[in-house]
Amino acid sequence: MSAPDADRAFARVALVLVSHSRELAAGTVELAGQMAPGVLLIAVGGTPDGQLGTDFDGIERAFGQATQDGRSAVVLMDLGSAVLTAESVLDLADEDLAARVRLADAPFVEGAVAAAVTAHGGADLDAVLAAAEGAGRMYDGDRPSAAHDASAPPTDDGVVRETRTLLNPMGLHARPAAVISRMLAAYDAKVTVNGVSAASVLALMKLGATQGTELRIEGEGPQAAEAVRVFTTEVERGFGEI
Amino acid sequence: MSVDVAWAVEWVRRSAQTIAEHREELIELDRLIGDGDHGENLDRGFRAVVAKLDALDEPPAQIGDVLKLVATTLMSTVGGAAGPLYGTAYLRAAKATATDELDSAGVVALVEAALDGIVARGKATTGEKTMVDAWSPAAEAAVHAADAGGSPADVLAAAAQAAAEGAQATIPLAATKGRASYLGERSMGHLDPGARSTELLLAEAAAAAA
Repeated sequence: MSAPDADRAFARVALVLVSHSRELAAGTVELAGQMAPGVLLIAVGGTPDGQLGTDFDGIERAFGQATQDGRSAVVLMDLGSAVLTAESVLDLADEDLAARVRLADAPFVEGAVAAAVTAHGGADLDAVLAAAEGAGRMYDGDRPSAAHDASAPPTDDGVVRETRTLLNPMGLHARPAAVISRMLAAYDAKVTVNGVSAASVLALMKLGATQGTELRIEGEGPQAAEAVRVFTTEVERGFGEI
Repeated sequence: MSVDVAWAVEWVRRSAQTIAEHREELIELDRLIGDGDHGENLDRGFRAVVAKLDALDEPPAQIGDVLKLVATTLMSTVGGAAGPLYGTAYLRAAKATATDELDSAGVVALVEAALDGIVARGKATTGEKTMVDAWSPAAEAAVHAADAGGSPADVLAAAAQAAAEGAQATIPLAATKGRASYLGERSMGHLDPGARSTELLLAEAAAAAA
């Protein structure tokens, strides 16, 4: 288990990542942490002697650490025995802890990233859990429609619309997607990019937007204008990558 | 022999021995349709259980105390799905046996509680090629033996026999739960390692009471 730096954690919801593999748990913490600094992420991977498997006592300790200081925690698990062991720990935990821990039925890596970014935005336990579990549905259905008419004129419906060209050589990959999602969490506005929610890192990544893609940014809500403005500014500066 | 605390301790020690003896067989069964860790994990778990039993200052007062020690130790030391599954089974069985001796109905309650624990934890039902396919007929046979007026030892013998038959009956099944389910039809033709270890454990429960 990695040693969490509890002093620096400020998000209300922590994540516990339970994997059969020490490297998989640690790597997922690294990946999610890059996109959500300030969220307490605890890896519990493998058995205590470093073999593949699950560590009942390690999970128990992680649940305790994750829920310190009044935090709650969302738990992601990779395969069968990780799920069963996490459930067993929760069954035997005291009620106060059990009430603040939720086991997510979610894909391990995608769910961790979505949950971490949502927790970073200050969301509560239910919202972080929903973000993790919603990550699984990203693989259903088709990609967002590319046939959406990019040249539709603005209307008087209160929607703020801007179009910008994506400059990043690597496209709208994980880091800029996380930047967008994090940034917009601060605004009371519902923002979409090419028809998908800009609050969802995975939805943004799934756009598959490459360098030169036209991004149609639309915002609704009390702070839509500000949200769209900071968004377009970031696009123009290539999210600091150019 | 009556089914009492001494029986419970004897059952646990015999369980550790049989799992150690069948370690390689369980590893091989699990290697064929799973991740190959079942024998090693259970062996490690039961060795730890025996070490804890040996370290006790005085013998446990109730059967449930023995089974709870097994439960918590397996959960902490097995490191695979068998840990929480058997751990929950023994934990539920422990709650059903807060006494120093079991009559026939008490033995039925133990087996049924263990089955309930495995079903609750693994969410499997019969026919999915899991340890439920051994535990479920064992619980049924225990009920019948007790209804027919069998002694506690008779009830355990009937449960063990049914578990053995249930385990063998997993061979033609395609797994739909657990790691083997990833193999689907390719799991057909193989004995389920969890059903096999259940068979081994219940055989020792009967032998310890004979």
